[in-house]
Amino acid sequence: MSGGQYGRFGGQYVPEALMPAIDELTDAYQRYVLENEAGFMDDLAERLETFGGRPTPLQYADQLSDRYDIDVYLKREDLLHGGAHKLNNALGQVLLARYMGKERIIAETGAGQHGTATTMACAHLGMPCEVYMGRRDVNRQRPNVFRMRLNGASVTPVDIGRGTLKEAISETMRDWAGSVETTHYVIGSVVGPHPYPDLVREFQSVIGSEARDQCLEKLGELPDAVVACAGGGSNAMGTYDAFLEDESVDLYAVEAGGDSLEIDREAGVAPNSATLSTGTEGVLHGSRTKVLQDDDGQIMESHSVSSGLDYAGVGPELAHLAEEGRLAATPVDDEAALAAFHRLSQLEGIIPALETAHAFGFLEERGDDLGDTAVITVSGRGDKDLESVIEESFKRDLPEAPDLSLFTTDQGGR
Amino acid sequence: MGVDAIRAAFEDGAAFIPYLAAGDPGGDLSNSTPESAMAATADYVSALVDAGADVVELGLPFSEPIADGPTIQSATVRALQAGMTPPRYLELVESLDVDVPIVAMTYYNPIYRYGERDGVGPFVEAAAAAGVDGLIIPDLPVEESAPLERACREHDVALIFIAAPTTREDRLRAIMQRGTGYLYVQARLGTTGASRSVSDQTKHTLDRIAAYEASERHARLPKAVGFGISTGEQAATVVGAGADGVIVGSALVDIVAEGEDVVASLEELGRELKAGARAGFDRRTQ
Ligand SMILES: Cc1ncc(COP(=O)(O)O)c(C=O)c1O
Repeated sequence: MSGGQYGRFGGQYVPEALMPAIDELTDAYQRYVLENEAGFMDDLAERLETFGGRPTPLQYADQLSDRYDIDVYLKREDLLHGGAHKLNNALGQVLLARYMGKERIIAETGAGQHGTATTMACAHLGMPCEVYMGRRDVNRQRPNVFRMRLNGASVTPVDIGRGTLKEAISETMRDWAGSVETTHYVIGSVVGPHPYPDLVREFQSVIGSEARDQCLEKLGELPDAVVACAGGGSNAMGTYDAFLEDESVDLYAVEAGGDSLEIDREAGVAPNSATLSTGTEGVLHGSRTKVLQDDDGQIMESHSVSSGLDYAGVGPELAHLAEEGRLAATPVDDEAALAAFHRLSQLEGIIPALETAHAFGFLEERGDDLGDTAVITVSGRGDKDLESVIEESFKRDLPEAPDLSLFTTDQGGR
Repeated sequence: MGVDAIRAAFEDGAAFIPYLAAGDPGGDLSNSTPESAMAATADYVSALVDAGADVVELGLPFSEPIADGPTIQSATVRALQAGMTPPRYLELVESLDVDVPIVAMTYYNPIYRYGERDGVGPFVEAAAAAGVDGLIIPDLPVEESAPLERACREHDVALIFIAAPTTREDRLRAIMQRGTGYLYVQARLGTTGASRSVSDQTKHTLDRIAAYEASERHARLPKAVGFGISTGEQAATVVGAGADGVIVGSALVDIVAEGEDVVASLEELGRELKAGARAGFDRRTQ
């Protein structure tokens, strides 16, 4: 039995050719990350501070607190360099690759935030980088494609399937199968074979450990609820990790409900990405976890208005915590997320990523039964999403959206 | 049939092992039904056996073929679109009228999900009953293989592991001890797909395995080399370098994809590959 088990979930379901590299990574994780060999973690902390801008603030949200009649605190990962929590992991892994003597970096990306963070880390550390991105995501996250190119990375579109995150991960694994001797694969969430779910959680756990300290400092106590959106689950696991032992703290994972929770098994399409809420046990991309699949074990095409949540799998540790009842998973659909995007922009002056907006859609639905204090992770900012949001809001005639007629002259067609 | 039949298939020292994606209707999807695609695969298998195939590997398509290059990815997409499913796959195997061992190649999830219960038992049981003699699961390293090994032992199905160019001695030991049937020697790094030349990595890997076998007299399996072999000349080189057989996939799948004179073309290339393997064997043993 391999390491990296979370109850029934986890494991190492990857081709033999990759196993030696995975063993090497497991060893490097143990030494550099867990034991701080060669001062690795100190080096990383210093870079996260000076290059990344850590620590990020825990902000009291006046308007939201008024609206829901609870104290709402925002953990502002959108203020991290690159505009999302993704840099915590990307910088950690690229630095680790350098300590391991690797020469090249590859990564997949959905929303382009992980890709952007990785290319920034690679430029910062002088490593060549290639990012795989589904064709559909290339089209709906263009600003991030430009950012990656500006950082000097190559971006390779993936045309297979629906052209989203699932296909991008598969294609990056194929690159790695050929380049494994010199190349490190920087996976972007708490998914994949062991040790990735552990490694990524460890790098992201800075979110929760800061937030927990900030709570104790500001409030003198722990919050009643901690909320994060979950695609693969890295900002969620990173936020929860410090709170796992605090039994009084309820943990909420907000998934993409997409268009609908109904699944079209015939067509092999799940019009959502609510893997924890509706998925079944299976093996995808190296680990045993909850996945969206049909009765034959074929992985379904998922959907979400937000590229970063549009994935048919989820981290194995989240699957385990959900099954144990330690966290509650709830879907929020496309429309509620878009409405929350506008609400947060108007009420708090924070334009969130569409992924993040799901967490605020949840707050709108459940704000009145989360206790007295809630911490919500603002996993990223929404600059990358402006085009999609304008288009999607216009299409739906969203009452929360501002008057967008200014933009409609050449809209609707693209 | 079962494990012994697979071992027996290597007796002439130069086994030819073709791979096809089951239920791949080839280029033109428009008129294909699940039944016609299955019948086509059965014809192709017969053609390859007529050409001298000693074992046939049949791919059960999975939606995320992470170990496969573009050729087999496309075949997978075509087969799934044409309606291939695990139950139909087993029907197809059952319908085959050939007397060589059949090895199913697929990924872990479809076999894990097969049947009413989770776990690999139901698939292995049904596969054995349908006439599957061995399994190759490219995303299943020895770390995770214990449940499948148990089921395979119970139903006399060989579990064939892959040894890669990156596999060093400690892992090779586990693979040789736990694998049955034959050892799938991955000719080069990367994904499946035809390549122009045989990589130096192939020879190095074969030498490493031979050195290991010389030191551990108990662990001995026939070695079949796959990934990138597409011509008789390459087959000869690989067998000449010490392999007991060659596995050829993408070059044959390409013929199916093109869809012209498929049966005749498969037979022709099949004969060339089998002859190449024999020539390599003669070269080595002279
Ligand atoms: C801002 C933001 N939040 C959340 C996610 C989802 O990833 P995870 O669930 O790993 O945090 C993404 C992914 O791209 C993202 O860009």
